[in-house]
Amino acid sequence: MSDVTNTKRVIPDRLGTKASRILASWEVLLFAVAVAIFVFNALASPYFLDVWNLSDATFNFTEKAMIAFAMALLVIAGEIDLSVAAIIALASTAMGGAAQMGIGTAGLVAIGLGVGLACGAVNGLLVSGLKLPSIVVTIGTMSLFRGISYIVLGDQAYGKYPESFAFFGQGYVVWAFSFEFVLFAALAIVFAILLHATNFGRQIFVIGNNEFAARFSGIPVERVKFILFLLTGLMSGVAAVCLTSRLGSTRPSIAQGWELEVVTMVVLGGISILGGAGTIGGVVIAAFVMGLVTFGLGLLNVPGIVMSIFVGLLLIITIAVPIIGRRIREMR
Amino acid sequence: MNGAMQTHNRPPHPAPLEDPAPILEMRGISQIFPGVKALDTVDIKLFPGEVTALIGENGAGKSTLVKILTGIYRPNEGEILIDGQAVSFANAQAAIDAGVTAIHQETVLFDDLTVGENIFLGHAPRTRFGMIDWREINNRSLGLLQALESEIDPTIRLRDLSIAQRHLVAIARALSVEARIVIMDEPTAALSRKEIDDLFRIIEGLKRQGKAILFISHKFDEVYEIAENFVVFRDGRAVGHGKLPETPQQDIVRLMVGRDVKDVFPKVKVEIGAPVLRVEGFTHPTEFRDIFFELRRGEILGVYGLIGAGRSELCQALFGVTRASAGRLVLEDTPISIGSSGDAIRAGIVYVPEERGRHGLALPMPIFQNMSLPSLSRTSRGGFLKAANELALARKYAERLDLRAAALSVPVGTLSGGNQQKVVIGKWLATKPKVIILDEPTKGIDIGSKAAVHGFIGELASEGLSIIMVSSELPEILGMSDRVMVMREGLAAGMFDREQLSAETLVRAATGNA
Ligand SMILES: Nc1ncnc2c1ncn2[C@@H]1O[C@H](COP(=O)(O)OP(=O)(O)OP(=O)(O)O)[C@@H](O)[C@H]1O
Ligand SMILES: [Mg+2]
Repeated sequence: MSDVTNTKRVIPDRLGTKASRILASWEVLLFAVAVAIFVFNALASPYFLDVWNLSDATFNFTEKAMIAFAMALLVIAGEIDLSVAAIIALASTAMGGAAQMGIGTAGLVAIGLGVGLACGAVNGLLVSGLKLPSIVVTIGTMSLFRGISYIVLGDQAYGKYPESFAFFGQGYVVWAFSFEFVLFAALAIVFAILLHATNFGRQIFVIGNNEFAARFSGIPVERVKFILFLLTGLMSGVAAVCLTSRLGSTRPSIAQGWELEVVTMVVLGGISILGGAGTIGGVVIAAFVMGLVTFGLGLLNVPGIVMSIFVGLLLIITIAVPIIGRRIREMR
Repeated sequence: MNGAMQTHNRPPHPAPLEDPAPILEMRGISQIFPGVKALDTVDIKLFPGEVTALIGENGAGKSTLVKILTGIYRPNEGEILIDGQAVSFANAQAAIDAGVTAIHQETVLFDDLTVGENIFLGHAPRTRFGMIDWREINNRSLGLLQALESEIDPTIRLRDLSIAQRHLVAIARALSVEARIVIMDEPTAALSRKEIDDLFRIIEGLKRQGKAILFISHKFDEVYEIAENFVVFRDGRAVGHGKLPETPQQDIVRLMVGRDVKDVFPKVKVEIGAPVLRVEGFTHPTEFRDIFFELRRGEILGVYGLIGAGRSELCQALFGVTRASAGRLVLEDTPISIGSSGDAIRAGIVYVPEERGRHGLALPMPIFQNMSLPSLSRTSRGGFLKAANELALARKYAERLDLRAAALSVPVGTLSGGNQQKVVIGKWLATKPKVIILDEPTKGIDIGSKAAVHGFIGELASEGLSIIMVSSELPEILGMSDRVMVMREGLAAGMFDREQLSAETLVRAATGNA
């Protein structure tokens, strides 16, 4: 009873080494998968390793990834936006209509981004103003936004875009680096900083982990969520500019089904669908994985429907794996 | 020190002086988590008709033992014997089937279910036709709650209950299971004296039925009142056991913390200054009415009352998380309006919530990020995070509050209950406010750290902070407060100066019994 001593305890900042923490992360696993797919593609097709082919392949994911970055923040905060593809349709339709009226490239870009922002504001007001669940709100606005597109366009298409407008989707900045790819890389950095290095990013994580505690800590929960919906709308507008420019035309069915691919990219990137955890780095890697797979399947002449089956499976598996993993660990 | 621990072959009646065979025995139990050995080859025995108190500092491994006994964790080593037979629990249901029930420190209840549904979730009584017997559920729930002298209606939803009422539901849930071994992990935290008496009456009843009870508490008066045996844990090891009341408290405390701790509340003499906060006619649609008080610089205003008196609700309205329907707040001679907790924090009023898990912490996030959350404007630069500053801030308060954690970056959720509470307190003290509202600040905190928290509060007062301290613990209220406001059924039932303070006056004002 007298052998007990009261030593001063020191709490270390972190457990384990930096290397051990990084190695145990989902991102590393995902990166290994990306490398494996890359090698597989290279072996499967002699055309794959061509620089221009690879550059082309990036178009499979750059536009979706731009939205995925903003969506990642939204999902971490415990919300979701399923209207992103419909926002692209509406923004593209608005740009198409404006182009018919002879508005120039700068005006078109402003309209595309403006429509994106406006749509984001609608979602944001409904969710944080009226406190409605975002999944319901954005399923509604998904039909609404694309519906407007269909009413305006019917089975028509807008096609006459100014020549300089083509740069966003078809131009190259240097060598094989397209404008889209450079924009994607820049946005990746901006979003990574926003989420991981700013007070705002920290607030997003806290809201996703415990909204009560966020409120009790003085975080303006509603305002943060509204900003995130605005941001997602804006990024959908950016994607609309790039996609419309790349295709050179607008149909109301543009970007049909992209919301699922964007959500898949986010979840595959290790963002918890329940909110509260994830990294932009993970989403970047997930974008490459999905782009490589799409491209590889294209090289192998696999039909498009198989591609959507693949995306569906990927979504289910990536949501299920961590949950099953946790159960197994609990059972031990 | 060692009590009689030899075993017999099941005597028909408990022998008066020697213990009968234990109902439950744990041998060489170890439980390892990343960075901590929560339990290290622990032995423990529970006897029929006896209460064994499990005592130890925050993070000593008490709740971990409870979770092993209820099938939530599977220990890395060791065996569990019930009536001398080795058992192993594959899941929580297996433990219930083996006759073990527990009131957990943090019980998970469901907001959207009724009280009755929460109590019988997973073991609902059935009718002859195999359907859930709702009438039986509600009747038995009512009986269990009435035994706790509580008038909660079993058919209302849980979300409409106060924290303490939820706690009573958790107790009723544990008692709704037919069990021979009853474990109570800090069942009296958040309860006031009257509710504790009701609980103790129930425990006496369980004893008479020959049940074995494991009782965890940081309050020594309760331990001496209800328990006949004790076991002390320290850093995951069982460092001593024996009989109560033969063993003096001093010996037990020394076993548990390795030094002497004075059980006095270090009230620092503080010069009380000018009024800081004036609350005038504060009224809430349902929870409280017409609250008036004035808080001065360096003053500690205690707020005492029974469960449901509206104390936490008053605090939350002062902090802006709920809205008062009438009334005025004047801070340093300027009327202020507080529409959100953000407004309150900016004005210099902060609130340390009672429900740390729900309101205080983002459990999956690191300790240091939780601590720095309301102080981010100070630790960051130009809106950018500075992890080094956050870690420094967390380290400062972790050391002052004697936090036990494997590292400052582990998720708060992996800490023991008392250590989580320390993080919540540290988080708010770090904001350097003008007025700090503490709601049950030492709930679940061990005796050594409690003295540290009280010392800290006294120090803040002497630095000119004004403090509102809600507590159900009479010694804490009596020891720390300059003045005490007693609340009863949403009304201020009395305001007492330090000279007038006594346990009897406060309890009388709180219960309304003249
Ligand atoms: N799930 C977990 N993961 C990692 N560490 C854990 C986990 N659960 C408990 N621990 C650690 O195990 C140790 C014992 O915790 P436990 O909850 O048993 O303490 P306790 O004695 O109940 O303390 P308190 O009085 O504060 O409730 C602590 O250091 C805690 O951080
Ligand atoms: Mg505990």
